[in-house]
Amino acid sequence: MDFSWFKVGPEFLQPLLLTLKVAGLATAAATVIGVAMAYVLTRWRFALRDFVDAVCTLPLVMPPTVLGYYLLVIIGRRGFLGKWLQEVFGITLMFTWQGAVIAATVVAFPLVFKSARAALEGVGKQYEDAARTLGLGEAAVFLRVSLPLAFRGVVAGTMLAFARALGEFGATLMVAGNLPGRTQTLSLAVYSAVQAGDDALANSLVLIISCVCVFILVTTSRLLQPKF
Amino acid sequence: MKRVLNSLILSCACMVLVLAPLSAHAEELIVSAAASLTDAFTDIEPGFEKANPGVDVVMNFAASGALYRQIEQGAPADVFASANPKWMQKAVDNGFVDKANVVTFAQNALVLAVPADNPAGVKSLDDLKGDAVKSIGIGTPETVPAGQYAKSALTAQKLYTTLEPKMIFGESVRQVLDYLSRGEVDCGFVYKTDAVKAGDAVAIVAEIPLEKPVSYPIAVLKNSTNSKMAQAFVDYVQSEEGMTLLEARGFKRP
Repeated sequence: MDFSWFKVGPEFLQPLLLTLKVAGLATAAATVIGVAMAYVLTRWRFALRDFVDAVCTLPLVMPPTVLGYYLLVIIGRRGFLGKWLQEVFGITLMFTWQGAVIAATVVAFPLVFKSARAALEGVGKQYEDAARTLGLGEAAVFLRVSLPLAFRGVVAGTMLAFARALGEFGATLMVAGNLPGRTQTLSLAVYSAVQAGDDALANSLVLIISCVCVFILVTTSRLLQPKF
Repeated sequence: MKRVLNSLILSCACMVLVLAPLSAHAEELIVSAAASLTDAFTDIEPGFEKANPGVDVVMNFAASGALYRQIEQGAPADVFASANPKWMQKAVDNGFVDKANVVTFAQNALVLAVPADNPAGVKSLDDLKGDAVKSIGIGTPETVPAGQYAKSALTAQKLYTTLEPKMIFGESVRQVLDYLSRGEVDCGFVYKTDAVKAGDAVAIVAEIPLEKPVSYPIAVLKNSTNSKMAQAFVDYVQSEEGMTLLEARGFKRP
């Protein structure tokens, strides 16, 4: 057997571990914010609801480079948020793995938000009202009635968000850069490996990311199948 | 029925619009040129098209290493202009370019530059070791010639390994320049032409002495479907008009 097309070494493990860290944290952040936003938009009526919904969905359709540019302008050293963080806390997000987490959160967020919103819309209001008449507070109603009923949709959205965060490239490259060992995630490592002509490394990275994505897609489709 | 017909007509119209570019009639000449040549070649393009009516020059700008990889993967290109001899040599070695056809058409200088407000107070190459400097922009040495030149110069001065933890690697010299003009890095290595282009946003601290000057080779690719026109482009770049435009952007004659 010829295994020369495949390579496992530090240059393979480092991006893999970093990607899992970045995508994991980004998915966690996107899930919390996404579910909260979805709940607010499903249960409350207010003037700019459709506009807020559109803004939350925007990262799904925007080119990653455009998002990257927005992030540069916001959290860059001279950006309004970046400048403030720098002056008040001495934090720089540019070229750090935390910056990569922010980029991945932004691209993953709409997937959670959309799925959670669809799932929560599907939860009958009568169950929530029944819980309220039985004396549960709003937070308890959400945590013990709405969320469990919408659980499968939320989990499916979360998994898709994780897959999307795994593969983030454009915005990450602009904000976190492509720094081997520091901010080089799997997709950036694939890019660099191809550029440098290291096909063996590219093959092994591509194989891993493909397997993970297929696994996620199969699992989500099974989760979303209606139970009879 | 009428609605069906209308939507049919509409979809046909859409198809025509989508497919129209596929049947373009102008002769296309694809020029793969290093990112640092972006402005100069964009200036040269209209003059060449005027002198050769019916030719549409398509410029493909990226890091020289990336361009070479595209050529290696069989991407269609007629002319290759690299920012250093290394990638052109690779193209010669692997049979994409005829050695006799390679000419050096311009030279450039490598500089250490800082954002206009010079936040880290960099005055010389030695300041880079100081604590004030937190980040140094440099092109990825494996694929970006500007990064390769900077790495050799720093290695020669025994500085590269010391400074490596502070380095922010850019995908092309233009990305490093963008980081400089936005003040995202404290200093960075770019070409003199790039620093000139950035105008007031970027200041040059020092010219970096190099063993060999930064030279730009250009050649017609063997796989060119239009080698006569490709050669005409190479000649035009070296003509008086081409040279004047290159000099206006800060390049030197070889």
